[in-house]
This record gives sequence, structure tokens and C-alpha cells, in this order.
Amino acid sequence: MSVKSYRDAINECLAQEMERDESVIVLGEDVVGGSGSKGGKEAIGGVFSLTAGLWGKFGDNRVMDTPISESAIVGAAAGAALAGMRPVAEIMFTDFMGLCLDQIYNQAAKFKYMFGGKAKTPMVIRTTHGAGMSAAAQHSQVNYSWLTNIPGLKCAVPSTPYDAKGLLASAIRGEDPVVFCEHKMLYMSQGEVPDEPYTVPFGKGNLTRQGKDVTIVGFARMVTLANEVADKLAGEGITCDVIDPRTTSPFDEELVLESVEETGRLVIVDESTPRCSMASDVAGIVSSQAFEFLDAPIKMVTPPHTPIPFAPSLEWTYLPSADKIETAVRETLEGR
Amino acid sequence: MQLSREQLEQAYRRMKIIREFEERLHVEIGKGEIPGFTHLYAGQEACAVGVCENLTDEDLIVSTHRGHGHCIAKGCDVKGMMKEIYGKAGGICGGKGGSMHIADLDVGMLGANGIVGGGPPLAVGAAIATRNQGKERVTLAFGGDGSCNQGTVFEAMNLAVVLKVPTIFVFENNGYSEHTAFEYAVGSGDIAARSEAFGMPAIKADGADFFSVYDATKQAVERARKGEGPATLEFAICRFYGHVEGDPQNYRGPDEVKNLRETMDCLKNFRTRVGEAKLLDAGRLDEIDEEVMTLIEEAVTEAREAPPPAPDALYTDVYNAY
Repeated sequence: MSVKSYRDAINECLAQEMERDESVIVLGEDVVGGSGSKGGKEAIGGVFSLTAGLWGKFGDNRVMDTPISESAIVGAAAGAALAGMRPVAEIMFTDFMGLCLDQIYNQAAKFKYMFGGKAKTPMVIRTTHGAGMSAAAQHSQVNYSWLTNIPGLKCAVPSTPYDAKGLLASAIRGEDPVVFCEHKMLYMSQGEVPDEPYTVPFGKGNLTRQGKDVTIVGFARMVTLANEVADKLAGEGITCDVIDPRTTSPFDEELVLESVEETGRLVIVDESTPRCSMASDVAGIVSSQAFEFLDAPIKMVTPPHTPIPFAPSLEWTYLPSADKIETAVRETLEGR
Repeated sequence: MQLSREQLEQAYRRMKIIREFEERLHVEIGKGEIPGFTHLYAGQEACAVGVCENLTDEDLIVSTHRGHGHCIAKGCDVKGMMKEIYGKAGGICGGKGGSMHIADLDVGMLGANGIVGGGPPLAVGAAIATRNQGKERVTLAFGGDGSCNQGTVFEAMNLAVVLKVPTIFVFENNGYSEHTAFEYAVGSGDIAARSEAFGMPAIKADGADFFSVYDATKQAVERARKGEGPATLEFAICRFYGHVEGDPQNYRGPDEVKNLRETMDCLKNFRTRVGEAKLLDAGRLDEIDEEVMTLIEEAVTEAREAPPPAPDALYTDVYNAY
């Protein structure tokens, strides 16, 4: 066990899984970097350096720079998966998923079911998501909510280095297509990560704080904010369960329902815009299955239903914050 | 060469504004003054200006993530652009777009674009609009060599030919798709030939030579205005900075940028050309340089001093913010 960054945990996982199974291949834009250039290969290893060093270890046939062609990248990954490989494709920013959506939701996600169980599609689409870098409207979004709406597709939203490594290993070793959403604001965050390979299962949430008064469910970077609020309120004697579902699809309903049955109060923190979001989805699950346990209306803390603004002052107003979560927790305690 | 003295001065001024705008941004980004991701256009000025000097405010362009040059060449307000890039009130998009999303429809600039390959289909639609409105306007889609590998671009090129609309596809081939070389990423190594295969004429020109770009564009624009359909322009050019500010540029060869600045500087080329042909004298060009430096200094000062957008701006310009 040693302390590693979220980024290094993912990079280590990729190397270990490629070592473990030669059917694991990596492809995407600049995942090697420098292909065909005078400076030579390994120029960058992904724009956030997540795939650095892989080409040097595993070579051209297993680590492939691609042209800027998202549809072909994801389609090729799906085809390779059908034909026996375990591809890990990178879509540089999750915002670029619009370009390859057909290959995700009409192709990869449907093969197993549509072909009567004959096909497996063990592939992972790694992508970076999230706001906070003033990357503006087309480089800052999260899309796990609408990906979760696609049957046959799994979706992971790790919030810690430990989960990032373990969930990615599960994704690579699984039999279904997975979109693996890495939050760009978490890449440098640190945490304990075992050196050896391990898996964290999909569909099993993590209770990151235990309490009795309010349940807070957070996704991706929102978990760190929820933990912060829970720690602060604990000083006043207000204790919260904080739940990190880790994966939006499959989703650990049981953990959330059990917690709400104890606390009777629920705050959901989601970086998605509010309509048809994970926040509204979890609110739907709880209100339809645990209504009798609720002592106050469910609170959703999300951005407004707007595109993401560029100006830092607006972007930070857009995003959920610890203050907004704290306000929501206090309101739910007041029954509002 | 049919350009008047005034046109030549305007072309030089705009190229110089782009250059100094970008050089100054590089410095200010280094100080941490500018938020977000910024993709500088320095080195490619003759492409944007050589193209846009063929256009009027009525003609339309769509641009890319590396769009500052296109904006300035098309006549966007430089001070408004600087405020936008600083994320301030008074920015050309109210501080809500940023470097990658500058647009000014009043001067025919339909928007920079953060999605590679996002623009060309829009340019086909804009050309349908101007055709149906009975106007002899043209729409140009700027893109880099990286964009030529997107399916959206292939589809747009074919659609433009099928509909015979006045769209011109401009590929500024700066040798790199982000951090990957053109030689690797473009299988045939020939964007113009690909375009011809879709059924439109394509012209290659020296992107570091304003006059070469201007003449090639003139042919395509005249044709399109007469209703003869789309065309492609492929310009060989270089960028002086990385894909994005902060790019370590390990893909470059030794002294690559230094050599490019010595041999492919379109501003130096322009000065030499107009000097040798006795079209403009060096003294006049020096005066323009000084005016430009003053403009950029004012733009930065005003951008720094401008307030951030009002918090309520978050909720405007959308049908319902919930």
C-alpha cells in the first residue's frame, strides 16, 4: 500500500491489466502522442498523461494513437471486443462523446442482448469529465446521467484513487461495455492505493461517512464536497451518512434505501444538470420505495439547467459547493 | 495582384494584431492571468487574413478551437475578444464562451468551436440559408489537418457537393493533430485529394504566404458566388506554439520552432514581398506595428480592469434555467 494520485492509480491499473491479459489493448487520440513526429513517440501519453509509458512497455500493436476520429475509435473498440479483445478506448473529453454516440448506444451497448446473449462486448471507454478548470461549455460537462439511461451500458464515476484503480480493473475484466468517467479535478488527488492489482465491484456503493441525521448521496467529485460538509457538521453534533455509489449503472439502491430508512432525510449532490439527472433518478428511487421513511422533502443540489459558463466566477456559481450542500442539509433538518 | 494600398495595409494590420494578440496571451497565460484552455494561432496569420480579405461582413465563417485569428481576420472587436478570454463582463460573449467559443454574428463570425469537426456541417447549413435567401454570400469552414479525419467533415463535404451550396472548406495544415503528426494521422497524406474525391475542386497553397492564400481563396470564392458549388483549400502552415498553452511539445524536432520562426514567418514574408514590389514602405509598416502594440496594451489593460460578469448572467441566454 502506498499513497498515489488518482491519475497514477489509473495509469498503474492500465499497465497491470495489460501485463495480466494480452487481449487488453489501448487506443485513442494522443494516448501515445508524437506518432509520426520528429520528436518521436511517447510525446505525451494522453493529454492528462493517463496512458504515459504504456507504449514503451507494450508496443504498437497494443497501444495505438488514432487520428481525431471519435466514432471510429469507439466503433473499433466495439468491433475488437466482439472479436475477442478487451479494448480500452480513450475519448479525450466526455464532451466529445456526441461524435461517437451511435457506436456506444446503438452498437456496443446492445450487442449482448440483441444477439441473444451470443456476443460479449468487454470494452471500456475511459474519458475525463467535470467542471472546475474554466474549460467552458464543450470541455467541462458530465454525462453519466444520460449514459445511465442506456440499457446494456455500465458507467463508473470513481471519486478516489483507490476506487479508480479497482473499478477500472473490474471494468476491463468484465463482459459489458463500460464508460469510465475520470474527474479532471481529481487527477492530482491523493489516497492509499495497493500496489498489487485488485478489483472494486460495480454496483456496490461506499459509505464514506456514517451518521444518523441525514443521508447525503454524492457522485464523483461531489463525494469529496459531501465528506467535507459531513465532517464540518459533525462538530455541531449533526451526523450524516455519506454514500458514494461509485457506479451509476449498476446502481446500489440497497445502500441508499437502508441509509434513508435510518436517517429519514436525503440530500443528493450531482454535478449533472437537474432534469433527468442522477439526482432526480435517486430521488425517484427513494420516493417510490421508501416514501414512508422520509421525514422531509428530498433535496437535490445540482447546477442550474444551463450550459457551463467560461468565466471562473460564473463557473463556481454554477457548480454545487460545500456551502450549498450544507444549506440543503440544514433545510432538510428543518423539514423544508 | 489587385489589392489596393489600403487593402494591403489592412491585411498587414490584421495579421500583426493576430500575432501580437497571441504573443501577449502567451505571456499573460504564463503569469496565470488567463483561465481555461487557450490554443494560440501565432504562425498561421496569413491563412486567416488571406482568406478573410476576400470576404465581406455578409459572408460567413465557422471556426475552430484555435479561432482567435479567424475572429480578428473577420473583424471581431479585439478588446471584446480580450475581455472574453479573461472571462470578464464586456467580453464579446459576455464572458460565458471563453477562448474556444468566440462568436460575433454581426460580422459573419458564426463561432469558434471546441469540437474538432463541429464546424463544417454548420457551414453547409449556413450556405443553404444564404442560397435560399438569394444572396451571393459564401460560408467558409476553417479546420486544421486534424479535423480532416472526422466523419462529420466527410459528411459535410459530400452534402455540400450534393446540394451544390457555396461552402468552402479551409484546411490549415499545421502538421499536427494536437500532439500527433499529420504524416501519421492522415493516411493518404493529401487532404486536397480527398476533397476532390468528393466531387469538388481543391487548391493547395502556401499558408505562410498571404498572397498565395489570397489568390487561392479568390478563385474558390468567385466560383461559389456564381453558384458553382463548394471547394476545398489546403494551406501548408505551421504553428509557433503548442496545441494548447502548457503543451510540452515533446513531438517537435530540435530547434523546430526556432527554424519555423526564421523560415515560415508570414509577417516577415509579407514585409519582404510588399517591400520588394514597392507596394508599402517599411516606415508605414512600422507605424502600423506601433498602433497594434498600443491596441494590444489597451486591450489587456481594459480586460484586467473589467469586472467579472454579473452573477445573474449564469441564468440568462437559456430558455429556462430551472
